[in-house]
Amino acid sequence: MSQDFVRQLSGASSLSKRFGGRSVFHIDIQLLCLLVLIVSYGLLVLYSAVGQRMEPVIAQTTKIGVAFVVMIVMAQISPVVYLRFAPWLFLMGIVFLVLVIFFGITVNGSQRWLRIPGVFSFQPSEIMKLVVPMILAWYFHDRHLPPRLKHLFWAAVMIAMPAILIGIQPDLGTAIIIAASGMLVLFLAGISWRYVVVVLGGVLASLPALWFLMRDYQRQRVLMLLDPESDPLGAGWNIIQSKTAIGSGGLSGKGLFQGTQSHLDFLPESQTDFIIAVLAEELGLIGVVVLLILYVLLMGRGVIIAVQAQDTFGRLLTGAITFTFFVYVFVNIAMVSGILPVVGVPLPLVSYGGTSILTIFAGFGIIMSVHTHRRITL
Amino acid sequence: MPVNWRVQFVGLIFILLATAMTARVVFLHIIDRDFLQGQGDARTNRIEKVHAHRGMMMDRKGRPLAISTPVVSIWVDPRQLDLQPATLAAIAGALGISAVDLNNKLEQSNSRKFISLLRRIPPAQAEPIMGLGIRGIYFEREYQRFYPAGEVAAHVVGFTDIKDKGQEGLELSFDQWLQGKPGEKKVVKNLYGEVVRDIKPIREAVAGKSLTLTIDLRLQYLAYRELKSAVNFYQAESGSVIILDVETGAILSLVNQPSYNPNNRKGLQLGHVRNRAITDVFEPGSTVKPFTVAVALESGDYQITSTIDTNPGFIRVGGKTIPDPRNLGVIDLGSVIAKSSQVGITKLALSLNEYDIWNMFSAVGYGQSLESGFPGESSGYLPNRRRWRDIERATFAYGYGLQVTPLQLAASYQVIASGGIKNDISMVRSEVGRGQRVISATTAANLKHMLVRVVTEGTGKRAAIDEYSVAGKTGTVRKVGKNGYEDTHHLAFFAGMAPAERPRLVGVVLINDPKGEQYGGGAIAAPLFSRIMSEALRLLSVPPRQYNEAA
Repeated sequence: MSQDFVRQLSGASSLSKRFGGRSVFHIDIQLLCLLVLIVSYGLLVLYSAVGQRMEPVIAQTTKIGVAFVVMIVMAQISPVVYLRFAPWLFLMGIVFLVLVIFFGITVNGSQRWLRIPGVFSFQPSEIMKLVVPMILAWYFHDRHLPPRLKHLFWAAVMIAMPAILIGIQPDLGTAIIIAASGMLVLFLAGISWRYVVVVLGGVLASLPALWFLMRDYQRQRVLMLLDPESDPLGAGWNIIQSKTAIGSGGLSGKGLFQGTQSHLDFLPESQTDFIIAVLAEELGLIGVVVLLILYVLLMGRGVIIAVQAQDTFGRLLTGAITFTFFVYVFVNIAMVSGILPVVGVPLPLVSYGGTSILTIFAGFGIIMSVHTHRRITL
Repeated sequence: MPVNWRVQFVGLIFILLATAMTARVVFLHIIDRDFLQGQGDARTNRIEKVHAHRGMMMDRKGRPLAISTPVVSIWVDPRQLDLQPATLAAIAGALGISAVDLNNKLEQSNSRKFISLLRRIPPAQAEPIMGLGIRGIYFEREYQRFYPAGEVAAHVVGFTDIKDKGQEGLELSFDQWLQGKPGEKKVVKNLYGEVVRDIKPIREAVAGKSLTLTIDLRLQYLAYRELKSAVNFYQAESGSVIILDVETGAILSLVNQPSYNPNNRKGLQLGHVRNRAITDVFEPGSTVKPFTVAVALESGDYQITSTIDTNPGFIRVGGKTIPDPRNLGVIDLGSVIAKSSQVGITKLALSLNEYDIWNMFSAVGYGQSLESGFPGESSGYLPNRRRWRDIERATFAYGYGLQVTPLQLAASYQVIASGGIKNDISMVRSEVGRGQRVISATTAANLKHMLVRVVTEGTGKRAAIDEYSVAGKTGTVRKVGKNGYEDTHHLAFFAGMAPAERPRLVGVVLINDPKGEQYGGGAIAAPLFSRIMSEALRLLSVPPRQYNEAA
C-alpha cells in the first residue's frame, strides 16, 4: 500500500466525521431516500403483478435488503481503494467471462451463469457493468485530457474485450449497454468531437453488419417493432399486449389490483421485464409519470455528485454509473412501449429478480462513496 | 472544466430521452387509449351462452316422460395441463380411473386442443374435480334430456339431439313450445379461457314450457308389455297398439314394436325409431266391413234384420272368385259382420251406390290427415275413382285397395263407440273439441250390436273379457309381396271397444307378419286386445258388467 493511499484513506475518514457531523457512515441521504421510495413503489406494483401474493414480495424484499447491505458496505470503502483495485477487478472479470465460455450454465439458450459449486451462481457480465466504467475511469484519471489517439486505442480494447465476450454468450443487450457505458466514459473524459463523430458514424455504419450478426429471434424482434401485427400471436404478442395494457390504463388507471391484461395472464413477463405495463394499466399515466420523476431525480442527484466530484476518477465513474442506470430505464420503457425491440432488459429497482438489483445498489454504493469521501476544500 | 461541461451535456441528452419516453407513454395513454382499451376489452370480455332449461313432458297425470337435468361435461386442453404426477393422480382419483390410464389417454392425443374426459355427469360427481382448480381442465354446464319411460314411450316422446333440439316425436313437433330461450352473460376470461368473473347477465335464460300429453303412462306400460311379449312370441315383424278415450278422442296409449331406448341411442336402427302406428299404412281388410254395413243401414234399403243369401259360399265378380271359408247360407247383416263374410259384403256393396262407400270411409277419416301433431303422420290412401268396376267395389268394401294407419283405424272405431260422433284425435291435453256427427246414432248403435256379436258368436271370441262386454272386429289381411297378395304373410288386426254398453275405450291391435300355424286377427290380435283392455279398464276403475247389471 502506497503512502499516498494511506494518507488519503485516513484523511477521508476524519473528514467524513467532520462533514456535517451527521454520521460516521458514508451515506448520501438524498440518494438513499430516492432509492427507498422507488423500491417501495416497485414492491407495491410487484405485489399487484404477482396476483397479491406475499411470498414473491417477501423474497424480493430479502434480495433488496441484501443489496442494501452491499451498497452501505461499498459506500464505506474509499474511492481510492476502487482506484487501486480497478485493474485487478477488470482482470478478474475477464477471467470469469472466459470461464463462462467453458463452464457456464446454459439457461434459455444463453450461457451466462457461472456456478461456484455448493456456494452460489452469478453472472460475470453483471460485475462488468460496474467494472468497465471503473477501469476506463482508472485509465484516464491520471492521463492528460483530452486523451490522445494511443490512449483511445487501449480504451477501445478495454471496452471491446468484455463486450465481445458477453456478446457471444449471447447477451447482446448487456454487451451493447456495457459498450455504451464505456464510450460514455470516453466522452466524459473529453475526447475531441472529431472522434465522437467518427465513433457515432462507425456505429451507424455497423448497424447493417449487426443485422447479419444477429440471430433469427433477434432479427424477428426488430422486425416486430416495425410491424407487430404481422405476427400477433407469435413474436408480436409481447409488444401488442404491453401496449394494450398501457393504453387501457388511461390517465388514472383502472385502480390498483384491478388490471385485467396483467392479472388474466395476457401480459407476458408481467413481473419482470414488462412490469411497467402493470403499473401503467392500474395506476395510469399518473402512476408512470410519478415513477419517471423519481428516476429523473435519482439521475439528477447522480449528475450533481459527478459534477461535484473532486477528481477525474470519481467524476468519470459516477457519471458512467448514473447514465448506465438511466440507459436501463430508458431501454426498458422504450421496449415495453414499442419504441425499441424486445431485448430483455429489466426495469431497474422495480422488476422482480435479484441480480440486477444487486449491481444497481452496488453502483449507487460507489457513487455514495465518491461523494462522501470528498476532501472539503470549499 | 471540460469534464463538467460534458457531464451536463450528457445529462441534457438524457433529459431529452426521458421527455421522449414520457411523450410515448402519454401517447399510448391518452391518444391511443380508446383503441387500446377496446383491444383490452376484446381480449378479456366475452359473451357466454347460458343454456335454457327445456320444458318437461308429462303424461296426463303429471308423471314425467322427458326431463332436463343439469349435467357437467369435463374436457382438458393437454397443452395447458401441467402433467405433474401429483396433479395426474389427483385428477385420476377424482375421475375414478387409474393415473396410468389417464396418462395414456392424454399422451395418445396430446397434440389436440380438446380431449373429452367425462361427458354429462351429475354436478355432484363433477364437484371434486372442479375443486382441484387445475389449469387446463374445463367444465361445461348444460342440460341433459332424460326419458324415464325409456323405450315404452319412445315413439310418442321422441328425443332431442346434443344441442337440445327436438329430432323425433313430440320433442320435434313441439320443439318451439318446449325449448327455452338461451340467455347471454358478459364474463371476463383470462388467457386460458377460464371465466374469472361474471360481469352482468345480458339476457336471462327463459325456461321452456312444459307439455302435458294425453298419454296415461300406466296404460302405456301395460300395452307395451303385452305387445312386446306378443310380438316376441309370434316372431312378428312389428306391431302396434293404440288405446283411445272415447269421450275426448285423446290417445291414452300408443306403442309400437320394435322400439328403442331414447336414453342411449348408440347403434340405433332407423326402423326402430319409426312410430309405425302413425307413419305406416296398411290395407285394413275386414276391419272396415262395419262401415260398409253402415252405408247399407243409412241408405234405408236395409234394416238390421235384413238378410243376405251367401249361397253357395262363393261369388264370381268380373271373372274372379271371392270365397267364404265355408258356405254360411242365408244370414242377417249382423252375421255378415260376425262371421266376416266376404260374399255377404260383396253382394251388399254391389247393391249400394258406388260412391257412398267411398264417402263413408272418407267421413270416418280414411285418407284424411288426423292432424295428431305428430311428425311424419301419414294420411293413408283412399283412391277416388270416377268409375268403379264391380271387382273394385267389392274388394274396396271389404278393405282392400285402400290404406290406413292404425291410428286412423282407431279413429274410425271411435266414431262407432261415441254413437256416430267423430272427435279430433289428440295427443296433447287441451280443450275437448266438439265432435262432428258422421253416422246416425241409430246406425252406430246397430253397428255396435253387430260388433258385440263378433265377440260373442263370431270370429273375435278370443277378444272377450270376463268382467266387461266387448265389441269389435277382427281383420286378417294378406300382405302384398313381390308377386301380389301372398298366402304366407299376413296382418292380424283387432279393432274394438269396451265396455260395449257404454264404451270408454277404443283399442286397435295390429300384429304385422306373425310366424307360425296361426296368423289371423281372431287368433292373434283378439287375445292381445282382451288382455290389454281388461287390465286397462280395471286401471281406469271402469265398473264391471255385473255391477252394471245389478244397477
